[in-house]
Amino acid sequence: MPETAGAITREQVAHLGRLARLSLTEDELDRYSAQLADIVAAVARVTEVATPDVPATSHPMPLQNVFRDDVPRPCLSQEQALAGAPDAEDGRFRVPRILDEE
Amino acid sequence: MSTLDLTRCTAVQLAELLGTRTVSAREVAQAHLDRIAAVDGDIHAFLHVDAAGALAAADAVDADRAADRPLGPLAGVPLALKDVLTMRDVPTTCGSRILEGWRPPYDATVTRRLREAGIVILGKTNMDEFAMGSSTEHSAYGPTRNPWALDRIPGGSGGGSAAALAAFEAPLAIGTDTGGSIRQPAAVTGTVGVKPTYGAVSRYGLVALASSLDQAGPCARTVLDTAMLHQVIAGHDPMDSTSLTDPVPDVVAAAKSGDISGVRIGLVRELGGEGYQAGVQERFAEAVAVLERLGADVVEVSCPSFEHALAAYYLILPSEASSNLAKFDGIRYGLRVGDDGRRSVEEVMSLTREAGFGAEVKRRIMLGTYALSSGYYDAYYGSAQKVRTLIQRDFTAAFAQADVLISPTAPTTAFRLGEKLDDPLAMYLNDVATIPVNLAGNAAMSLPIGLAAEDGLPVGLQVIAPAMADDRLYRVGAALEQALYDRWGGLLIEEVPAR
Amino acid sequence: MSQATMELMDFDEAMARFDPVLGLEVHVELSTATKMFCGCPTTFGAEPNTQVCPVCLGLPGALPALNRMGVESAMRIGLALHCEVAEWCRFARKNYFYPDMPKNFQTSQYDEPICSDGWIDVDYDTPEGRRTFRVGIERAHMEEDTGKNVHLGGATGRIHGADYSLVDYNRAGIPLIEIVTKPIEGAGRYAPEVARAYVSALRDLLRALEVSDVRMEQGSLRCDVNVSLRPSADAPFGTRSETKNVNSLRSVERSVRYEIGRQAALLAGGGRVVQETRHWHEDTGLTTSGRSKEEAEDYRYFPEPDLVPIAPSREWVEALRATLPENPAARRNRLAAAWGIGELEMSTVVNAGALDLVEATIAAGADQAAARKWWTGELARVARERGVELRDLAITPAQVAEVEALVQAGTVNDKLARQVIEGVLAGEGGPGEVVAARGLAVVSDDGPLLAAIDDALAAQPDVAEKIRGGKVQAAGAIVGAVMKATRGQADAARVRELIFQRLGVEA
Ligand SMILES: [Mg+2]
Ligand SMILES: [Zn+2]
Repeated sequence: MPETAGAITREQVAHLGRLARLSLTEDELDRYSAQLADIVAAVARVTEVATPDVPATSHPMPLQNVFRDDVPRPCLSQEQALAGAPDAEDGRFRVPRILDEE
Repeated sequence: MSTLDLTRCTAVQLAELLGTRTVSAREVAQAHLDRIAAVDGDIHAFLHVDAAGALAAADAVDADRAADRPLGPLAGVPLALKDVLTMRDVPTTCGSRILEGWRPPYDATVTRRLREAGIVILGKTNMDEFAMGSSTEHSAYGPTRNPWALDRIPGGSGGGSAAALAAFEAPLAIGTDTGGSIRQPAAVTGTVGVKPTYGAVSRYGLVALASSLDQAGPCARTVLDTAMLHQVIAGHDPMDSTSLTDPVPDVVAAAKSGDISGVRIGLVRELGGEGYQAGVQERFAEAVAVLERLGADVVEVSCPSFEHALAAYYLILPSEASSNLAKFDGIRYGLRVGDDGRRSVEEVMSLTREAGFGAEVKRRIMLGTYALSSGYYDAYYGSAQKVRTLIQRDFTAAFAQADVLISPTAPTTAFRLGEKLDDPLAMYLNDVATIPVNLAGNAAMSLPIGLAAEDGLPVGLQVIAPAMADDRLYRVGAALEQALYDRWGGLLIEEVPAR
Repeated sequence: MSQATMELMDFDEAMARFDPVLGLEVHVELSTATKMFCGCPTTFGAEPNTQVCPVCLGLPGALPALNRMGVESAMRIGLALHCEVAEWCRFARKNYFYPDMPKNFQTSQYDEPICSDGWIDVDYDTPEGRRTFRVGIERAHMEEDTGKNVHLGGATGRIHGADYSLVDYNRAGIPLIEIVTKPIEGAGRYAPEVARAYVSALRDLLRALEVSDVRMEQGSLRCDVNVSLRPSADAPFGTRSETKNVNSLRSVERSVRYEIGRQAALLAGGGRVVQETRHWHEDTGLTTSGRSKEEAEDYRYFPEPDLVPIAPSREWVEALRATLPENPAARRNRLAAAWGIGELEMSTVVNAGALDLVEATIAAGADQAAARKWWTGELARVARERGVELRDLAITPAQVAEVEALVQAGTVNDKLARQVIEGVLAGEGGPGEVVAARGLAVVSDDGPLLAAIDDALAAQPDVAEKIRGGKVQAAGAIVGAVMKATRGQADAARVRELIFQRLGVEA
């Protein structure tokens, strides 16, 4: 079990906020560190019963090999694609400046 | 027809009136739109009423009937659609500010099937934001009130759909159930709701909360109405890779049969007793006695891993949700905040998400981000998935002893608005009996079994069936419903205060 | 951009002091008809945001549906690289926010790739002759491409300093196969050549598999190059840099050479190499610093719950193995020997994407030199002009062989042959039909030619006089007039002969 379970620091919460793209307020940093700690403490018990011999279940139904044929389907029109956009220009979605290349 | 209140009819009764051309689909739709206009100011079941669309759909059904074109059994019957399913050109908000004003360019598969069946969609119903909650108080557009008592919650997240049924605003509704969001609202509003087997109903167009748990399902005021709707929405969909190819069991025939002699019913020891309200326990005990009298064999079963279900659920759900909700970033649709021409896209995304999401959504995104982050994944998400295996094993063992399992749907009747808003853990406990089903993927129903003595509010009983045996829910549910109907001389829902 | 002026150690000196270790990550866009998880077409160069749907636009509620062809292509690539195909694998979500990524996670594979543990032999040239190097393959996994950003406003027009960006999601969701090498050790001073040879061999292999256009200039094959140095071949690996955007064979070689020089200078000066992403600049031949590992994202991978596992049966795998083409390197060598040509000529054919076409044209009766000439010359020019693949031109190898046969028979000259080809491409019929319809055959009967010559001489008596006086070069004017009169269908050499005959002059 991770040593930090049950205690989540304000710095951790701030880091999680950055990862999740939430511009958290000071108040939220306090509130979430307390609440997350409570919740994590309550749920951390799963680690006790999850012994190595138990396999994980990620899908409730045991399906596999579900494929689609490589056949084109109709697309949205450019107008439909952009209809909900907060900002668009030249048939494209307009976004604020990007600082970092991926 | 002036003496007949069309809004008090069941879907089956309306279908009969429509089929014999006693009433038109337009009259039925208009009656429900009028009812919504009259009562929804108090109830707030709807986020958006699509009167024009509903009347157009009703007219199309009437035209088809006039021309003797083939129509589905529910053609012309109105329905309330939970706002988490997309409907082309009709606002879909998921109860969130971040999607305010968004009109999807496509229909969810469920929506498409409803339209093809001639079902008249009245509008979109209120819900906890992104289906996170058990009270519908987490809607960004204000809470829905319980028609049994306006100071009480209608359950959640699908409180809008359940309240619309209980307030006679619609005879049919669609809900979605990730941890109980169809069943718990049904329980606290005295209505019927079914979470089908995972994969039985397509998730295409269902705005995902937790992909491996979400399932859309039918809601109505009677078991047979629910079955009729189940038949319409269930079935394979190639657009959903997790959709089952198995044939849909004949749930309508099962709901019409109602014979449960010799059916083995398992009482789940871990779902009841301590922590369950006295009035809930009383009604539940009575219902068990009724089932026995109807010829069922009632046995006790034990599912020891269920005690970890809530914990596993509150790791899996936020983890998947944190990823599913990442797409709401103010780039392609919905809200954008803080774009002043100077801020970077990263800042604008963060400001948008901060402003667009409510407290509960942010709390769960944070929790999921934490549970998936490097160093914690194995301990949290990984362990939770193992608990899921243990819960499935418990179900397998229990279903070796019983054809269906039963429990109270929720530990309490409807609590007061605001009562648990500041205590997330207490709120989460409300789903303790419904969550194991979502983790394992099998099917379950909630149906009304009476009012709790101490508060006069409805109590629900949960029936759980193995995966792909959804018909068993309807067989047992119909038998119990009929026996209680005979005892009460009518449906429980008819006791709801008039307004 | 302090890196731009950074000190580089001379390559020979660097090689004397350090041993390089490379790693290459290649992203290949598959040429499937539709995207990886939806039915949108993948055509390059469409109007922005016209090849999108709820799925690849990441609209709320949409769900992925996996393209069988994408999975089969991945398995064929893996098999051709001598990889193991997993008996069971899954997709995972790689979570990070970026505006060109509609869902803000990439559906990719993480700890369960579909193919792993393979190798490919690559040939490279040294002053001592051609050598072969075996590059180990760590994994080949499936994922999806992102959209494309255009950066606007600001001083530079590039990402840095731009005022805003515009996003086109047509590319989002196009199937990608990411092929990752094992650490490439032991290449020594030929590390840059080996890196280039690897990408080149991989490109040939992918082309032979017909799974991708492999056009580096269009981004359908993209390369990230990891480089690290260590003091000697038995020392542990040094800290590596990862250079992104290396999108030509020449740049692969140059960027490795550059990074070796840069890191060697750093290490020799007592500095340390920072583990970071670097960007390659084709124009300047430099890499510049990007995101360092310390600020790297935590991707929070977890199994994609909207897709089910893939468990390829062994029968399926074997059926795919049976579709693998002859190893491209082996085939090249075989055909080069059969045609009696060298590596350089062969490269021209392969790089033009003309190998199959040339082979078929020879089979249809053309001489190898002529077959190569037509496909890598005139036809390659037309294809380039029209922006299409050679094989998509509306002319068959048999028709090219027929054109060449007409040339050999003297029915048409080279210039007319090009007009025949133009006619065939324009859909006017086969070469014979085009010759007949356009009346393109060379005028070989001397009668009409003599008449035209007499007319020309009569029209230009002064020129005729000059030729008689021995100024043979003056005949050009008469030849020109005759060619004009016969609309180019005369054999110019024969016309010249006849002029001299007519005037009784020894040429
Ligand atoms: Mg990748
Ligand atoms: Zn698409």
